[in-house]
Amino acid sequence: MADGARVPALLRFASHASAIAGVDLRKLWRDPTELATRALQPLLWFLVFGQVFDRTGVIPTGALSYIEFMAPGILAQSVLFAAIFYGIAVIWERDLGIVQKVLVSPASRTSLVVGKALAAGVRGLIQGALVVVIALAMNVRFRTDPAGMAGVAAAVFLGSALFATFSLVIACIVKTRERFMGIGQVLTMPLFFASNAIYPISMMPRWLGMVASVNPLTYLVDALRALLLAHAPAAANLPLDFGVLAMILAALVGLAAKLYPGLAR
Amino acid sequence: MADPVTPAITTVDLTRQFDTLTAVNRLTLSIEAGSIFGLLGPNGAGKSTTIKMLTTLLPPSSGGAQVAGFDIVREPTRVRRAIGYVPQMVSADGALTGVENMTLSAVLYDLPKRVRAGRITDALAFMDLADAAHRLVRTYSGGMVRRLEIAQALLHQPAVLFLDEPTIGLDPIARHAVWGRLKESRRQFATTILMTTHDMEEADVLCDRLGIMYRGQIAASGSPAELKAHVGAGASLDDVFRAVAGRAIVDEDAGTFQDISRRRRTASRLG
Repeated sequence: MADGARVPALLRFASHASAIAGVDLRKLWRDPTELATRALQPLLWFLVFGQVFDRTGVIPTGALSYIEFMAPGILAQSVLFAAIFYGIAVIWERDLGIVQKVLVSPASRTSLVVGKALAAGVRGLIQGALVVVIALAMNVRFRTDPAGMAGVAAAVFLGSALFATFSLVIACIVKTRERFMGIGQVLTMPLFFASNAIYPISMMPRWLGMVASVNPLTYLVDALRALLLAHAPAAANLPLDFGVLAMILAALVGLAAKLYPGLAR
Repeated sequence: MADPVTPAITTVDLTRQFDTLTAVNRLTLSIEAGSIFGLLGPNGAGKSTTIKMLTTLLPPSSGGAQVAGFDIVREPTRVRRAIGYVPQMVSADGALTGVENMTLSAVLYDLPKRVRAGRITDALAFMDLADAAHRLVRTYSGGMVRRLEIAQALLHQPAVLFLDEPTIGLDPIARHAVWGRLKESRRQFATTILMTTHDMEEADVLCDRLGIMYRGQIAASGSPAELKAHVGAGASLDDVFRAVAGRAIVDEDAGTFQDISRRRRTASRLG
């Protein structure tokens, strides 16, 4: 019983979080079909939407082709769409009794939420790598320096963890799969279209531009555009982008840790 | 482990309200360390709500309780460290192997790395699961899943074990196997067990003392023999149940739609 008391708190926290993350990733490893099916959607965006708009030339993209301009947006989108339904898995675990079991353990609620966010981050990296491969096949010219690649990985990890934790918060509030599906659908479209993913903010009406500027996806896309593309516009403000993403993630983790115990009631 | 002289669980006026419904109403209870205590009662009597409060999943509206010497409201982490819990639902992860499920519990309960593997092997062997240790749990039978869940809950050698309908959906042979393991773990580790059940045979065979809950309170309590004698010569626990909670056997108290669907889901998953 006293076993746990001797281990330093931070070490305990890390081992609890990584155990939770490890379980999720092991399941993904055993059944990766979801990753493959989720790669289909970005492929369609490139092939259909991208190719059509590439020919119109109505969207100002500077030195970039439209396909190149949208590539970071589609990467961010695929991270968003995969992560935003993360909460469904948690609701499933609640219906099974798995949530109840981890909540009666002495692990801190924050470590449980951080574990989920870590797993989502790693998942996002795999998802992102698939999108990058597709984009390469579409002749998008990438930065190949280590700093750029590390930056892309960090941004994708952060973004995926952020939207998955957001999803977890929603799951804690709605608690049933039916309600969650409805809300998930309603949220993804505005998050995607009210961002700079597939057109620049400068094209938007003023009100939509304001919405986009408080949308975390905008900061993710902004960072990715600078870190991913060989001929990126120099406009990105990386410290701001990463700062905003990290702060929102921290706030969401705090909120989710508060709400998580409610799933067992 | 809790000192055998002091009670392992005490509640004083423990109350939980959901809007206008009082699920548990000023429950005062004392459960001796090392004993097996069965909570009986019709659906909606407050059994599960009581367990949720004692396992710190649900804060009480008023009143309080101590589990293994710790206050459920002020010292929830200490309570969690001292208890094991097997929910009514299937809480083992079907997509993981038996050992992987056990390892997750071992880490969450801070079992030191050097004893982890040994304890997991021992616990699986104790529950007759050694051969299935590396199989995915979704290939287990219902009885095996339940035994795995109990093994997980006992891994950190808790002073108090909570079981919410441990043998729901199991066939008679699997039920007897679970009972045997529970008795043995009480004998070896002096674990105090608080369980809910609808199964009168289970209550009779397994429990030292019973409390029959009705509308959020203990309506009758005592050893199975005492309760039966109180109703009359030759009475069964079914008779006791009917005498105490007889009025409850009408539709409105038979549990909500959600209760029933959850119960059937659990039963079908284990069966």
